[in-house]
Order: sequence, then C-alpha cells, then structure tokens
Amino acid sequence: MSLRSPLGRVRGLGSAKEGVGHWWAQRLTALSLVPLTLWFCASVAGLAGADYASFRAWVGAPVNAGLLILLIVAVFYHAMLGVQVVAEDYIHGEGRKLAVLLITKALAIVLGLAALLSVLTILFRG
Amino acid sequence: MTTQNRPLSPHLQVYRLPLLALLSIGHRLTGLALTFGTFLLVWWLVAAATGPEAYATAQAAISSVIGRLLLFGWTLALFYHLCNGIRHLFWDIGYGYELKAAYASGWAVLAAAVALTLLAWVWGYAALAGGAT
Ligand code: HEM
Repeated sequence: MSLRSPLGRVRGLGSAKEGVGHWWAQRLTALSLVPLTLWFCASVAGLAGADYASFRAWVGAPVNAGLLILLIVAVFYHAMLGVQVVAEDYIHGEGRKLAVLLITKALAIVLGLAALLSVLTILFRG
Repeated sequence: MTTQNRPLSPHLQVYRLPLLALLSIGHRLTGLALTFGTFLLVWWLVAAATGPEAYATAQAAISSVIGRLLLFGWTLALFYHLCNGIRHLFWDIGYGYELKAAYASGWAVLAAAVALTLLAWVWGYAALAGGAT
C-alpha cells in the first residue's frame, strides 16, 4: 500500500510531462491578449507625447490600472511559455537548456513584478 | 558518379521559401521580438512610477528617431503576431487547413497587420498634433 493513488503516481510521467497544461495556458493567454493588446495600442496611440501628469492620471484611473494589470500578467505568462517552447526546440544540451529556462522564468517574474508594482504605486499614490 | 556535392533539398541558396513557411517562422520571430520589447514597456512604467525626471528620460528615448523606429517595428510585430495568432487559434479548433484557405488567411494576416500598424501610427500622430494632453 502507498499513500499515493495509482493515478497520482503516473500523472505527468508521459513524454509530454505537463505539456497539455502548458498548451492550454498558451492558448488562453493568447485569447485574452487579443482584446487587451488592442485596447493597449489604441490607448498608447492616444497618449502619444503625453506629459508626466497626464500619463500618471491615465495609469491611475482604476479601469486602466486594472486592464494594465491583466495585460501585464497575460503578456509575461504568454511570453515565458512561448520562449520556453523556442528554447526546447533549439537548445539541445540539458544543462544549457535548463539554464536558459531558469533565466527566462526569473526574468519574466522580475520584469512582470516591476511592471505590476509600478502600476500599483501610481494607482495608490495618485 | 559522385554523390558528395549534390545540392541538398531544400537548398537554401536556390530555394524560395514558400509563403506559408515564411509566415510560420515569422510568428516565432515576432514572438521573440515582442518579448524583448517588454523591456521597454517595463522601463516606461517604472519610470512613470519613479518620478518626473525618470519619465522625461524614458520619453526622450522613446521619441528619438531610433526609439520611433523600434516602436514602429514593434507595432508591426505585435499586429502581425496578433493576427497570425488568431489564425493559429482557428487551426487549433480545426478550421482553415485547406491549402487554399491557408493561403487566403495568410495574405489576410499580412494585409491586416500592415493596415492596423498604419492606423495606430496615424492615430498616434493625430493625438500628438491635436494638442499634447
Ligand atoms: C496580441 C495577442 C497575441 C496572440 C493572439 C498570440 C498568439 C500566440 C499563439 C497562438 C502562439 C502559439 C503559436 C504556435 O502554436 O506555435 C504564440 C506563441 C508565442 N507568442 Fe504570442 N500572441 C499574442 C501576443 C504575444 C506577445 C505580446 C508576446 C511577447 C511579449 C508573445 C510572444 C510569443 C512567443 C515568444 C511565442 C512562441 C513562439 C513559438 O513557439 O514559435 N505573444 N502566440
């Protein structure tokens, strides 16, 4: 007897590992990015040449801040998953591949967090 | 008979990549270009959160000639990747695999990407001219 059920023991052992979840996350982030990036491009085009005060006012409006947060999460998640696929296709040494994947993940987390905190700072400090 | 020096197929110096292959690698290349573009997005937001001087520095870099060229490239990359991404999503649910359909959607993606890019830049310059708010 074991604490683990037979299903739990084999889950993730196929050659795709947790590939289906990766695949779905890539498609769902892609789908959510369609409206989010269209909104973002239209907004940024309208903000061309905006000075400091008006840019902060735009970011600090709650609806914009909320949409920016959704955009940031979706973009960094999507980009991280995407770069992972590219790295797995072209980098063959296990060590180098692992290093690139770890750096990609770390960068996505750090950059995403920096962007999120900036939006939150502007939102709450006004 | 020598078999050593025969051209391999596809021999990249004499082989014109078909449209569908170019569109396919284009999705990957624009995805990577956009990923590098996120550095600019983060810089811009962090600068705005930091203060007026930092924001002015970022704004000056973005509106320089090189900044604008990069931004234009990223706009085109984003709209290409977006439109072709929708094409990918239709494939994922099983539509558009007929060769004729794949070519038609490919051309449509190229046209839409160029049109959306121009629209965004006309919009941007109109906002710039219409009194900088
Ligand atoms: C705007 C809406 C977007 C849509 C609809 C979209 C769609 C997609 C789709 C469907 C794929 C999978 C392609 C495949 O099956 O090979 C993909 C891959 C990828 N995307 Fe996006 N994407 C979007 C935005 C972005 C953004 C903003 C970035 C970067 C910041 C990005 C980076 C990538 C990367 C690096 C890949 C991997 C490329 C590959 O595997 O060849 N995407 N995208």
